[in-house]
Amino acid sequence: MPIQLIEKSAKNLVLTVQEYSLFAQRAFMNLFRPPIYWPEFLVQSDIIGFGSLSIVVLSGLSTGGVLALQSSATLAQFGATAITGQFVSLTMIRELGPVLTGVMVSGRNASSMASELGSMVVTEQIDAMRALGVDPMRKLVTPRIAATICMLFFLTIVADACGIAGGGLVTVFMNHQNGTQYLDMAWEHLRYPDIIQGLVKPLFFGYILSSIGCFYGMRTSGGTQGVGRSTIQAVVWASVIIIFVDFLLTQVLLTLLPPL
Amino acid sequence: MNETGASAQYGQDEAPVVAFRNVSLAFDGPPILDDVSFSIAPGETRILLGPAGVGKSVLLKLVNGLLRPDQGSILLFGEEITSMPEEQLFPLRIRVGMVFQEGALFDSLTVRDNVAYQLIQEQVPDEEIDRRVRDALRFVELEETFDLYPASLSGGMRRRVAIARAFIRQPDMLLYDSPTGGLDPITSTTIIELIVKERDVYHTPSLLVTHRLQDALLLCNHRFDPEEGHMVPLPEGETDPGTTFLMLEEGRLIFDGSLNELIRSEDPFVREFLQ
Repeated sequence: MPIQLIEKSAKNLVLTVQEYSLFAQRAFMNLFRPPIYWPEFLVQSDIIGFGSLSIVVLSGLSTGGVLALQSSATLAQFGATAITGQFVSLTMIRELGPVLTGVMVSGRNASSMASELGSMVVTEQIDAMRALGVDPMRKLVTPRIAATICMLFFLTIVADACGIAGGGLVTVFMNHQNGTQYLDMAWEHLRYPDIIQGLVKPLFFGYILSSIGCFYGMRTSGGTQGVGRSTIQAVVWASVIIIFVDFLLTQVLLTLLPPL
Repeated sequence: MNETGASAQYGQDEAPVVAFRNVSLAFDGPPILDDVSFSIAPGETRILLGPAGVGKSVLLKLVNGLLRPDQGSILLFGEEITSMPEEQLFPLRIRVGMVFQEGALFDSLTVRDNVAYQLIQEQVPDEEIDRRVRDALRFVELEETFDLYPASLSGGMRRRVAIARAFIRQPDMLLYDSPTGGLDPITSTTIIELIVKERDVYHTPSLLVTHRLQDALLLCNHRFDPEEGHMVPLPEGETDPGTTFLMLEEGRLIFDGSLNELIRSEDPFVREFLQ
């Protein structure tokens, strides 16, 4: 019995991966093929971009502040508190800015995509759309994916800036260090490979979180309970895969763009 | 089962609008549909009867390719759609109006935008859209709902808006999925009257799924009187010649014929259903 259970779970996992791969591939190809629904793209950009701004600003400020607090305590043991700015800016731009923004936005938007599309599936609105001759992949999924990729890129820049600002505020007002020195260190040790690394990641994370959110929404079954299940799965898998892909991407980007 | 039995009597010289040939479908278990064959002739209205859960809605979704069969072939407007890519199906689906069980209206759009959904995608000018939406809403006697959202409509009104959405492009084929399910008898009669009106005014071939025998009989025994503006009973003993029946039992098509043949059927399941 347990073997059969494992076999069934393994088959379900393989089937889900297969379905997601086909879904993600089709969604990606649709990004470059007409018709492109620009009004839907703009609406989704507003919902995903402007709507997520407050949580990205707050999480960026807090993370930068925490980084400054923790790093200055450690760096003080080596008499190196002067490099707090360098530490915060590099960590935010290369790693925490993209990952945190990806996870925060997936918590807000992958869940919203899964529940919105899932509700449409269980009330037959997706079938109605197909019956009316409109492809829901193009009309609903592609604008969400394009808007998320685009907006996550800018939200990451906002998160990076807020993180550096948060670190600066903590450095000046709580650690009582020199603000100019903090900013100088933050700026001077920043190199193009760091910036490229930090700006390439959100493109992948945006695609991952939106495609997973839409995928779980579109394969919803089982009524309102199914919508809840899809929402949870979308957030969990989007967050986990973002962190896993971050590891892979970091390896690749460090090889392609080694730090100077 | 004689596949061409009833449909051959109506529009027999013309190619069928829809033809099912030995269609079977299963989802992780016993077959939902098992070797189903039937056809719909031009101008014909077919009523698919059967208790809940026998695969009626599944069969309806196969007609316009929303679902694909495991076996057999389906012809829609003479084209084999069984293995047709989704993108090639869209032009065919535009020619088919479909009324879903609960209406399936887009809840974030107004009634106007719901009814005009296809026209908006085709970028028809706004003035023409407004005019055609008002015409369609007048047909279902719901002109006053033009600016409302589906959430503010009753179940029956939603069903009528869904009918207006299906009618607006004057489709070549209509599919009704339990259009009176869950409605009170008066509202059900209003919906059936709209279907009779559509049948007798536009003669669009249609497939109607229902488990309510009274609705099926109403459709068969009435005609739309354009002078009086509502449906009237046909003379005693007469039935609409273009309205015929199909019956499903556990995925198998067990009846295909006219009302008189249905009433005279010796099949125990049919007899039980009629009683």
